[in-house]
Amino acid sequence: MTALSTFDSARICADFPILSREVRPGVPLIYLDSAATSQKPASVIEAMNDYYRRSNANIHRGVHALAEEATALYEGARERVARFINACSTKEVIFTRNATEAINLVAYSWGRANVNAGDAIVITEMEHHSNLVPWQMLAAEKGATLEVIPVTDDGELDLSTFDDILQKRPKLVCLTHMSNVLGTINPVTDIAAKAHAAGALVLVDGAQSVPHLPVDVQTLGADFLAFSGHKMCGPTGIGVLWARQALLEDMPPFLGGGDMIRRVYLREFKANALPHKFEAGTPAIAEGVGLGAAVDYLTGTGMAAVHAHERQIIAYALERLEEVPGVTVYGPKAERKGGVAAFSLAGVHPHDIAQVLDRDGIAVRAGHHCAMPLHDRYQLPATARASFYLYNTMGEVDALIEGLYKVKKMFG
Amino acid sequence: MDDMYREVILDHYKNPRNFGTLDPADISYEDDNPLCGDRIRIDLRLDENQRVKEVAFSGHGCAISQASASMLTEEILGKTLDEIRHIGKEQVLELLGIELGPVRLKCALLSLKVLKAGAYGLKEED
Repeated sequence: MTALSTFDSARICADFPILSREVRPGVPLIYLDSAATSQKPASVIEAMNDYYRRSNANIHRGVHALAEEATALYEGARERVARFINACSTKEVIFTRNATEAINLVAYSWGRANVNAGDAIVITEMEHHSNLVPWQMLAAEKGATLEVIPVTDDGELDLSTFDDILQKRPKLVCLTHMSNVLGTINPVTDIAAKAHAAGALVLVDGAQSVPHLPVDVQTLGADFLAFSGHKMCGPTGIGVLWARQALLEDMPPFLGGGDMIRRVYLREFKANALPHKFEAGTPAIAEGVGLGAAVDYLTGTGMAAVHAHERQIIAYALERLEEVPGVTVYGPKAERKGGVAAFSLAGVHPHDIAQVLDRDGIAVRAGHHCAMPLHDRYQLPATARASFYLYNTMGEVDALIEGLYKVKKMFG
Repeated sequence: MDDMYREVILDHYKNPRNFGTLDPADISYEDDNPLCGDRIRIDLRLDENQRVKEVAFSGHGCAISQASASMLTEEILGKTLDEIRHIGKEQVLELLGIELGPVRLKCALLSLKVLKAGAYGLKEED
């Protein structure tokens, strides 16, 4: 019995209402853009709907029934997220808008308190802009320097200079767990061990990994982990910063306002306890509830099963893509990456690839995927990207390939 | 067959007119659309009456951006700079003869943006 036969794609597809729609009359949707945002199962949509229909109230301070219910739902979501990533405590789970805001929270709070002129911050060449720009801003403000881990031709981190970089005693090493372009799964645990030995903390962008593979923060080696709800079957507008409790305790608050305070005087305030210290203002409550339902959905399916399914899909997709003349796929081999395939087709701009595929209802992305420096590294103005999730099937890979042959015919 | 890749657009994409560079040129301007990686440069030579005597475009990008640039170069031969400054986006879309969403509109209009910046004598940004 193969792993695939234990993974019931048809049942999973049926859980996602949008997957049964037609993009245009007679053209069913083939959604290959989950690295940008995932689709949502009915359970998530219904949880948010129910919240607004039955339980809507502001959280934490009210004593009436709805306020207590809403608080229990929101905090229940936090407990689910904590369990999902094996956090030691819900105090370590800070809700943000998305991974980008989570990274910015660290840059503003921890960064401004701990990074000084001349300090080094390490980034990598394969980062999403959200794990580059906050550090560029911090470095510019503080007079800190950025050290870069380059990428090899094969799309993996080139760690040959990492020891030299660590000689500079950087304060922080920032890296993605899984590249949103190349699909590369980075050896975070090994890198973190070295970074820690050199006295650096480690921030991991988990926007692409947490939705797609089992992530355990107690073994990962990261000190900070950022991820987004909308890429893991949840709604937009909710994301997570996980960090070690001791770090969060020492960090100054980020945004000021309601909920993040214990006591306010006219000229000063006392910050609230974790995790509320970092959550100013009325949060995205319904979105939190939706994320809780998404975590339930993924837990019910099993992250190991999700990862195994995507490994099979990407292995098949790479095999089929490579047989199309003129196609170049970027990034490592299937066994070293997640379900993301960025590719080009000789003589055809990625926009045109995406546009022609769209006629057959196939949704792929074209552009730089918020990783301009990485595209510069490979001297590519843009790539087309097909990205897969638990609801994708081998048949959809076949449809992609068939679509690419149509593109070739049109532009040939 | 949908309109976006109608024969005339594919023809201009595959066989761009006035493709290349002019050196020296009286007017030369280049710009890109960093979101999709399209890049277009347009070089112009003018006659004594300030009319376009020669035009060349270069760059890379999607079929829509390249075809619109190619069509535009044919359109502006013999025109004065003042006439070029008055070319509207509707004229470019008419040349292409297709309907475009907001994202592809940027591709279609990059060449006009470059041409007009040149005609207005703007300096290239970085």
